[in-house]
Amino acid sequence: MSYRFLARIGSMAHVVFGVLMMLVLILPLLAAVPISFSAGSFLSYPLPGFSMQWYEKVFLDGPWLSALWNSLLIGLLSTLIATPLGTLAAYAFARGHLPFPTTLLGLLIAPMIVPPVITGLGLYFAFSRLGLTSTLAGVVVAHAVLATPFVLITVSATLQGFDLKLMQAAASLGASPARAFLNVLVPIMAPGILSGALFAFATSFDEVVVTLFIAGPVQRTLPLKMFEGIRDNIDPSILAMATFLMCIAVLTLISASLLMRTNSNRTNKND
Amino acid sequence: MITAARSEADKEAGHRRLNRRRVTSLLLVAPLLIFTIVVFLLPIVTILTNAVASPEVSTGLPRTSLALAGWHPADRNLPGGEVFDALAQDLSEKSPERTRAVAAAARRLNYEVGGFRSLLVSTERAVKKSADDAGNWRERLIGMDGRWGDIETWQAIRRAAPAHTPFYILSALDMRQAADGSIGMVPENQRTYVAVLMRTLKVAAVTTLICLALGYPFAALMVKSGRNFAFMLLGAVMLPFWTSLLAKTSSWIVILQEQGPLNKLLIWSGIVSSPLQLIFNATGLYIVMAHMMLPFMVLPLYSTMKGIPSHYMKASSSLGANPARGFFHVYLPMSLPGVGAGALLTFIVSAGYYITPSLVGSPREQMLGYFVAFYAYTSVNWGLASALGLMLLVCVLALYLLAGRTVGVRQIAGLR
Repeated sequence: MSYRFLARIGSMAHVVFGVLMMLVLILPLLAAVPISFSAGSFLSYPLPGFSMQWYEKVFLDGPWLSALWNSLLIGLLSTLIATPLGTLAAYAFARGHLPFPTTLLGLLIAPMIVPPVITGLGLYFAFSRLGLTSTLAGVVVAHAVLATPFVLITVSATLQGFDLKLMQAAASLGASPARAFLNVLVPIMAPGILSGALFAFATSFDEVVVTLFIAGPVQRTLPLKMFEGIRDNIDPSILAMATFLMCIAVLTLISASLLMRTNSNRTNKND
Repeated sequence: MITAARSEADKEAGHRRLNRRRVTSLLLVAPLLIFTIVVFLLPIVTILTNAVASPEVSTGLPRTSLALAGWHPADRNLPGGEVFDALAQDLSEKSPERTRAVAAAARRLNYEVGGFRSLLVSTERAVKKSADDAGNWRERLIGMDGRWGDIETWQAIRRAAPAHTPFYILSALDMRQAADGSIGMVPENQRTYVAVLMRTLKVAAVTTLICLALGYPFAALMVKSGRNFAFMLLGAVMLPFWTSLLAKTSSWIVILQEQGPLNKLLIWSGIVSSPLQLIFNATGLYIVMAHMMLPFMVLPLYSTMKGIPSHYMKASSSLGANPARGFFHVYLPMSLPGVGAGALLTFIVSAGYYITPSLVGSPREQMLGYFVAFYAYTSVNWGLASALGLMLLVCVLALYLLAGRTVGVRQIAGLR
């Protein structure tokens, strides 16, 4: 048998492996979907019948809806804090001239690396001294700090293909630095800023551990309610919410990849 | 002369421009830096202080703590009468605030010696009943409870009296300070946390290896596939990455349960005859962890492998190397930075996991994060929660520094 033949077999096996892996990655996400439409209250197949009762329970019920509302509000507010902070810092890194840039970057992305259990414990101590535990402001600020690394990284990635001389060109044409930033740089960074904001929102929307430490009953978020549900008594209403969250994930993924494609087209044009 | 002066002036202007650029960059990064320091770095430093803080005894029994400072337990004598009097005075105050402080001290002392809480509480009650006459508390306290006549009792108070004690840190390392002040391991049957640390590292290592074994060929396939297939492969990794952690976990619980689809499939296909226990044990934990961590491995691998020119492998094969040789001598070494970044990232993230193991593992699989959370809000022992958190933090930071030194922070962040 020739190498060529072996290589062909190897390639085919590689593709088969890839297809199997795709199934292993995606199928587990879909397993919950049919049960969320079950007429019964058990988590096993076959289903006794079709019904929308679990969706009615989740989307017409007070506690679930208020948890969803809390999560949206906290996600939105923390994104509004994290996005400008991360964007400005990303611009600073692209300009350069920063002291100890590697250490600085290491510190600024640390909230993404340090386990949330530790961040949560520390924030509990700090916030209880400041009276910020069980407050909306506390949860928002905590989520914002967890989200900033994602904005910083995403916007930095956008700026990697960007020629900063454009800013000097704007300045030589008489634009003030602020004007050049807003009129030249922000439009170029826009896809990066938007996908960074998307990342920030997703981070907050899915955060459980830190929230568990610092949130009070009034700030009960969706992940917190789901966590308690799975731990105490898992029923199809949780799967209905899980299905809803997966639909959101698919939408986010599509919008993020569209944004990234816009961005890569632009940088390619710059090249 | 004139040109020299001009170049001096140019240099000066250049310096000024550079300085201005530095200041601008610093001003741009300052808001995030200050925010991160205030809301992230300083709170983490408070864990450090909380791991050694022990204010309960000096607040609850202030006079006793002070009086015991002059006592030398080395000469095997009980403390003097003034220490007993001080204790009686500490316990006799009736305000609710003082009673709460004594209760906190009793709790703290109970960590040092089992049964101390009931000793202190019953003594407090007895002292309050007879607090009318002062004096000679030494005989009376020993008469109330013989343990007041033991040197060990007073040594425990003395050990816990300073505002900062190594007690929680030692506990997290399964060590303790003996009555004579020497530090040693606790008895074999009481050791817990070192084993938990080892288990945490083991779960993280196994998860990393599974992800590497699956992620490496997967990323390589992504690189060499055509545009559409590569896009599908990327989508298959990114979808779980963007899906809510709890949605994924609940889905896995459905699949892996005893009557779940996977067990039905295994029985139907004749691979097993009775359902396997796939969840609430180590098997379930590794399956779910690997599924969640795969993106952290695949993405850095993919971005490194994309940078390996495909003609290198062709060159090696045209020079007569067989594919295996070409892989081991050309492809693998060039992909190592991606392996390093992916493995360290996967290891760090898995070592800190808490929610998933608590939902799909049995008590025997719980990792450090679980115990930090447990001591924080189930048993409300902030000192031990902090010390265990510190242990986890030290491991993670050591790996983060290693990652920064070897593959670089930018690579970890996914930047070029």
